[in-house]
Amino acid sequence: MVNLEYFSFIIDYLPIFFEGAIVTINVAVCSLVFAVSLGILGALAKLSKSRILNYIAQIYTTVIRGIPDLVLMLLIYFGGQKLVNLMTTAMDIGYVDINPFIAGFLTIGFIFGAYMAETFRGAFLAVDKGQLEAGFAYGMSKAQVFFKIMFPQMARHALPGLGNNWLVLVKSTALVSIIGLDDMVRKANIAGGSTQKPFAFYFLVAIVFLVLTSISIFILGKLERKYSIGVRKV
Amino acid sequence: MDWSIIIDNLASYRSGFFITLQLVSISLFIGLLMAIPLAVIRTSKNHFVTAPVRAFVYFFRGTPLLVQLYLIYHGLPIALKFILNFYGFDESQNLNEALKDTIALKYMWEFFKEAYFCALVAFTLNTCAYTTEIIRGAIEGTPFGEIEAAVSCGMSKLKMMRRIILPSAFRRALPSYGNEVIFMLHGSAIASIITIEDLTGVARIINSKYASPYEAFIAAGILYLCLTFILVGGFKLLEKKWFAHLRRD
Repeated sequence: MVNLEYFSFIIDYLPIFFEGAIVTINVAVCSLVFAVSLGILGALAKLSKSRILNYIAQIYTTVIRGIPDLVLMLLIYFGGQKLVNLMTTAMDIGYVDINPFIAGFLTIGFIFGAYMAETFRGAFLAVDKGQLEAGFAYGMSKAQVFFKIMFPQMARHALPGLGNNWLVLVKSTALVSIIGLDDMVRKANIAGGSTQKPFAFYFLVAIVFLVLTSISIFILGKLERKYSIGVRKV
Repeated sequence: MDWSIIIDNLASYRSGFFITLQLVSISLFIGLLMAIPLAVIRTSKNHFVTAPVRAFVYFFRGTPLLVQLYLIYHGLPIALKFILNFYGFDESQNLNEALKDTIALKYMWEFFKEAYFCALVAFTLNTCAYTTEIIRGAIEGTPFGEIEAAVSCGMSKLKMMRRIILPSAFRRALPSYGNEVIFMLHGSAIASIITIEDLTGVARIINSKYASPYEAFIAAGILYLCLTFILVGGFKLLEKKWFAHLRRD
């Protein structure tokens, strides 16, 4: 018979644990916003006529996608701290700590921006060129063509790739616990250490991640259906 | 940049590099071997047969590799203790004491407790889940004409699987499997968190020893980048060979 007393220690830690879960979701959403903006910029740079922009975008996507997230995260976190320290000593300000939340979401956003750039590049290319020309023929400005014609149609093509990236991104947020951000995984780490029952807490973390990914898959399915209204299926 | 830090530590980078290679290749190999039968089971029409495989894949694809690693790192000793208890060692007994007479068991226990083994188990199960899904997709994408042809040749189900469905499924799975291999290589960096001295682990040690994050992590990053390029190139060559009949030139 399962002894319920045994599990009572988890209930004591639940409030702290859910604070961590909210931090995880916050990091994920902030990095998504950052990654999508970087991704669109990267895709535009890749498709632009400027050679220099092409090279920069190409180097960005190749290097970032060739190095593990963890190594990049450690490099940006420790390297960024060192840079800040050098700057503060040069400017004679006291010690400044990098906020792990900002460091975490900037790093994850920076990494996933490279993957997003590839997704968006494909999506931009999938929009019919004639439609853009039609927009210009109506006297629309470049910005108008981008926001009124390019973007709504690109969204449909970008959505599957974006969804996959989002699912990977959510799971990548577990790594921010290593650079000291108090997310769910780190809370589980601490709670597991003080109760000597780490397995139970990590299992809870796993379940929360499963719920998060399942909800995401459900919503993405709905969005995909919404954006493909009027598209005939084979 | 202080190059002497990297040059002084070339030997540790080399050993870290080989530990990463070893971890990734062993887990990819075992994961692939396990994934093939699982994928075949997953395509069965019987829901009771597919349910356990679906649950396995759902769990390992829906949670971060880091959490899986922690679960196995902390769960494996509990599971082993449970098994040992089942065979008659009780809690009060010191395990090392109890296993003193059975040297083989003791060594096995020592090995299973190792962080390296835990990482291997976690990576193998993770890549197995992803690979199962890739191969399942490839099997389900088999053109029905090929199956009809096999049936009309009088092949049994097993023979059809072995000679027709799996070979063409492997071909279709190759591009996604290449991505999975790269993903696993990058995921293996997590092993450094449970004190394994792989490439990332070595870089972390060097960073904390010299307080020089740029040299330590950029060197590791370049090595990962080289490995990634080699793997991508290798898979491109393999694709060229396997898709030779589809080339139009």
